[in-house]
Amino acid sequence: MNNPRTAILNHTPVWKATLVFLVVAFFTLYASPNLYGEDPAVQISAERTAPVDTNLLDQVQSILAERNIATKSVALEDQKILVRLADNDTQLQAQEALDIALSDDYIAAINLAPATPEWLKSLGASPMKLGLDLRGGVYFLMEVDMDTALNTKLEDTVSDFRTALREENIRYRRVVKEGNVVEIQFRDEATKDEAKFFLRNSRGDWQYSDQDDLTLVAQMSEQTLAETKDYAIKQNITIMRNRVNQLGVAEPVIQRQGPDRIVVQLPGIQDTARAKQILNATATIELRMVDQDNDLNSAISGRVPAGSQLIEDENGTPVLLKKRVMLTGNHIVDANSGVDEYGRPQVSISLDSEGGSKMTRGTRDNVGKPMATVFIEYEPTRERTAEGKLKFEKKERVISVATIQAVLGSSFRITGLDTPGEARNLALLLRAGALIAPIQIVEERTVGPSLGQQNISQGTDAIVLGFVIVLAFMLIYYKGFGVVANVALAANLILIIGVMSLIPGATLTLPGMAGIVLTVGMAVDANVLIFERIREELRDGRSPQQSIHHGYDSAFSTILDANITTLIAALILFAVGTGPIKGFSVTLMVGIVTSMFTAIILTRAIVNSIWGGKRLSKLSI
Amino acid sequence: MQLLNLKDTVSFMSLRVPALIFSVILMLLSVLSLATNSLNWGLDFTGGTLVEVGYEQQADLSDIRARLQNSGFPDAVVQNFGSSSEVLIRLAPRENVKASELSNQVMQALELTTSNIRRVEFVGPSVGEELAEQGGLAMLVALLCILVYVAMRFEWRFALGSVVALAHDVLLTLGLFSFLQLEFDLTVLAAVLAVIGYSLNDTIVVSDRIRENFRKVRKSEPEEIINISLTQTLNRTVITSLTTIFVLLALFFVGGALIHGFATALLFGVVIGTYSSIYVASLVALMLGISKEDLIPAEVEKEGEELESTPFS
Repeated sequence: MNNPRTAILNHTPVWKATLVFLVVAFFTLYASPNLYGEDPAVQISAERTAPVDTNLLDQVQSILAERNIATKSVALEDQKILVRLADNDTQLQAQEALDIALSDDYIAAINLAPATPEWLKSLGASPMKLGLDLRGGVYFLMEVDMDTALNTKLEDTVSDFRTALREENIRYRRVVKEGNVVEIQFRDEATKDEAKFFLRNSRGDWQYSDQDDLTLVAQMSEQTLAETKDYAIKQNITIMRNRVNQLGVAEPVIQRQGPDRIVVQLPGIQDTARAKQILNATATIELRMVDQDNDLNSAISGRVPAGSQLIEDENGTPVLLKKRVMLTGNHIVDANSGVDEYGRPQVSISLDSEGGSKMTRGTRDNVGKPMATVFIEYEPTRERTAEGKLKFEKKERVISVATIQAVLGSSFRITGLDTPGEARNLALLLRAGALIAPIQIVEERTVGPSLGQQNISQGTDAIVLGFVIVLAFMLIYYKGFGVVANVALAANLILIIGVMSLIPGATLTLPGMAGIVLTVGMAVDANVLIFERIREELRDGRSPQQSIHHGYDSAFSTILDANITTLIAALILFAVGTGPIKGFSVTLMVGIVTSMFTAIILTRAIVNSIWGGKRLSKLSI
Repeated sequence: MQLLNLKDTVSFMSLRVPALIFSVILMLLSVLSLATNSLNWGLDFTGGTLVEVGYEQQADLSDIRARLQNSGFPDAVVQNFGSSSEVLIRLAPRENVKASELSNQVMQALELTTSNIRRVEFVGPSVGEELAEQGGLAMLVALLCILVYVAMRFEWRFALGSVVALAHDVLLTLGLFSFLQLEFDLTVLAAVLAVIGYSLNDTIVVSDRIRENFRKVRKSEPEEIINISLTQTLNRTVITSLTTIFVLLALFFVGGALIHGFATALLFGVVIGTYSSIYVASLVALMLGISKEDLIPAEVEKEGEELESTPFS
């Protein structure tokens, strides 16, 4: 007992103790926003360039006041207006009222706004993100039909080859699509070789090989194949974005997953049937001539000529168009933005052969005249048909007016665009009008708001109950040291919540809550290991100080090994799991790391400050 | 307080033959059940549509069945879920109907509004297959990675022992789900992987002690060393299992119906995992002829010491 080393044993330097304290304090601070909960809210944002300012704020307030909808607050923050409401019912009322009263330039979306106090918000603290199973909402996994996309591409190529060979005066017997390749048959070998030479030079994105003396086979190169698929996915994502914007969802997620799938997540959405119909709706493009024979102003004042129609453009300016459609969007094969020889933004468009000849016929007599591109969408209304289906309203919008410079064929370009951004948008919209690959829902998970709420409360109950039982058990079993373990356990729970709130991508799901419960049960393991070791050392006749020292030391490598292996299992779960399962593995991983910190470092600091360096005859363990 | 006050070494290994027989019988039964009953695969793996509906008052199941029958869903499975006012409707995948529209048709047939819908899940057949494939792959990869890690940190006999123990736990848990025909969905799969994590935790603790005792205790037979180690870690094993079982019971009883399968798999897995860390893992290492010499090569000693001299004093 007089060994001078006992005085040095079990001493935590002040800096280390302070650091441990600071870490716990830091995460406690960042976990605290979760205590304040969230307000049901309606978020108003501008769809295009419409201003979000104090005028709009006043308008929103008066709309809500008119309908006697009580609000908690109405505020303008980062180009959005946030209306906080007392409950879900008034939230829906407010959303509907605002959606109808405000012009189409604004989107009124339901949202959950964290009720985090200002001082915490200024520190960048925010509550954990809740998964769809807790918050309610829709998850769609959509699959792009790649077979159709590739088929379309092959069919287009067949007609392209035919036209090109004919124009070159290369006589072929037939051009057909055969599985995944295009076969071209000739009457003699010389013509075949000539065709091969020509096609290689003019259409280098295909690979050509001889099947026999008279047959040439064209195969898509790996790169073209990848590009075609990529393009089909991107096009569909663009369309989904446009549609989701109409749904009034505050934080939608639209992401590519794997080679041919798209994930769409719509948190907090109530009317899921409507969501599905909108996402499945179609959009098209039409090219029409601008009517220059009649006066625009007289048309605006009501005298629209019989063969013409007034359609507004992006800025709401009406344009008088001929009713006759020159070309519909299904003939558009591709549309890309770029720059012309003078460096000005342009969009180059490719059409299929049928579209090409239509275009030639349509433009022959119209060189020098303006042509308009009209984007057509079917937007759902609030009305329903007798069968309960949503009524869709046809909405037309002029997205570009360009002057025809020459007779156009199967590929042409639109120039005279103001910015590269405009060119990009136009290209996207043109492609959107020509869906080259249909899309279908392959997985759907919808959780209604009431179930989400129930999941949260049951999950919380399970965590609290499990926590209390373990606390009681540890207290009874280990007495003084049990209190230390309990402090560590509480700190662990706070740390998990703090870390989950800080990691931007981490989402809490119901299995994630189960993971927290499991962590609470297993986190004490490290302390049990240490404490049992200390008891053993005491039984072996060591002094209390030495027992504490050896207990911690010899348990350490065991704890490390055990936790690393569990971490491996959790990592694999994270790598292969989707949605809720990922949520489970995230909390499990976070829990393993935080429990190592609290169970080893934190308890050591506390144990040292209580028992360390003192002359002890026995320990409360 | 002391849960088990063990003065003497318990000779666990003397029961190795009965334990071996017990484990082999259970494993055979599991395989048999899996072969004959298969698993009651959940929607996640089979594909299909599931709609959970909440009513204001008690739901009339026979009326719901009749309505679905009339609307062309004779194969719909209708049952209560969680409480008598909540109903779960399952529809098998079908041809010619856009599967994502099925839930809307169910809503129309039952004259429901959106507020009645608690949950809709639709999984296309191809997605189901993929999920099953990924799940199986995850399990194998997990076992393999763990095998490599434990072999690196300990010794191949321990590694093999712990992986056999894990496979044993997974097999028995699957066997239980097959025997009781409990639904096996993604959350249960997550639970099974968590069982792997837990059981491994236990096994590592025991193996670690065996290794330590092989180095520390002189002149002892491997069987004796294992017995000593198991006795020394028994208290810890039991206490950790207890706290884990406590929280799982909390989860089972108050966590709600959605998490039942998860809690069941873990509860069973923890019990089996505790048993297997005592009997299966150590027994396999013993049968593979683990000995003092295997654990005292200079390299391992060094590595161990490095880790044991903790920075947390």
